[in-house]
Amino acid sequence: MPFTKVQELVYEMKVNEVMTRSVITVDARTPMSQLREVFRDKKISGTPVVQDGKLVGIISLEDFIKWLYGREQNSVIETKMTKEVETLYDDEPLVHAVSKFDRLGFGRFAVIERQTGRLVGVITKGDIIAGVLKKLEIDYHEEEIHRYRASHIFEDIVADRTTLVFEYDVIGQDFDRGGESSSRLKRTLKRLGLDPVTVRRVAIATYEAEMNLIVFTEGGKIVARVEPGRVTMEVDDSGPGIADVEKALQPGYSTAPQWVRDLGFGAGMGLNNIQKCADHMDIVSAPGKGTHLKISILTGDEREAGRDS
Amino acid sequence: MKLAEIVEKLDLAVRTAGGRLGREVTAGYASDLMSDVIAHAKPGTLWVTLQIHQNIVAVASMNELAGIVLVNGREPEAETIEKAEAEGLPIMVTPLPTFEVVGRLYSLGIPGIA
Repeated sequence: MPFTKVQELVYEMKVNEVMTRSVITVDARTPMSQLREVFRDKKISGTPVVQDGKLVGIISLEDFIKWLYGREQNSVIETKMTKEVETLYDDEPLVHAVSKFDRLGFGRFAVIERQTGRLVGVITKGDIIAGVLKKLEIDYHEEEIHRYRASHIFEDIVADRTTLVFEYDVIGQDFDRGGESSSRLKRTLKRLGLDPVTVRRVAIATYEAEMNLIVFTEGGKIVARVEPGRVTMEVDDSGPGIADVEKALQPGYSTAPQWVRDLGFGAGMGLNNIQKCADHMDIVSAPGKGTHLKISILTGDEREAGRDS
Repeated sequence: MKLAEIVEKLDLAVRTAGGRLGREVTAGYASDLMSDVIAHAKPGTLWVTLQIHQNIVAVASMNELAGIVLVNGREPEAETIEKAEAEGLPIMVTPLPTFEVVGRLYSLGIPGIA
């Protein structure tokens, strides 16, 4: 069985984190007939019984109903309460409380401070549920804050210049994994909190470059550099290289074989699509040697600034 | 218009991600060329194509398309189904040809990419 977050919390949290502290108590000498008011006014179904400040028992709604049903004379609580009080120490882990509830079937336990023996609270199953839920909420909130931080990673990193580098290997002719590297890069940039327009442009440009590696080469490498204001991709392969780069840049020009075209690739639009997404694109290629493609994409703020100037 | 409504009106058979039909379809695009779709389709577009290999999933999720309609009764390949499920991308199939599908989408009020 997997170890769940709730189980973890039940071991981690202490009874005093979830118990009700404002303990309502009744004196052992109180007549049973007064219990009705106590239970109704405080909206509770049971309460510890004290005598001279010491815990001597626990009285529940069930005890009260039994007394009513028995049509006995009015008697004091002391005679009707449960005397063997099962208690929990305030610093015990919640898991002890859970197992005690399971074992004994009680609705509540009095909580005693270990050092002084003083009654400090009452714990019910409802307290445990509410306490665990609240803790989960706090943890989730912290997780959200953490995610928020990730999106401002560059503000948190203290350096004169910061560059994050991500590398992806692309295997030639591996159509089954087409788009894998670019979608991994896309996911990464999303998590870094880059603006959606930039992420989309990077993803599309990288996808086209990746497909070029798959369709035409033995494979290659995509290196993405993320720095404040821009994302740069360098795509390298070791051949066969492009004979006429200028021609290759013309829309619709393609040297792709028919079977590749049948799959819907090699339409001669890949480099054009990259150009459309990029703020700068450089391509250097030599037949027999390989191709080096550099794509720069400015992020939201930088692009806006560039437009204004 | 919600994808679920289009599925119902065109009597499309849903092959993947049936739980993601609540998405709003903003436009339609018909093409069998990957780069063409990448260049022109926008997020929320419903893509009509006869390509059934798994790369259509990469193209569609890269562009955050609303879904893919496969025409002429063509069924997605097993890997395509697997990837589309993983990406939560709805793929629908229809025996109708592209022209017919696009015509019906248009008459439902789904615009092209102007």
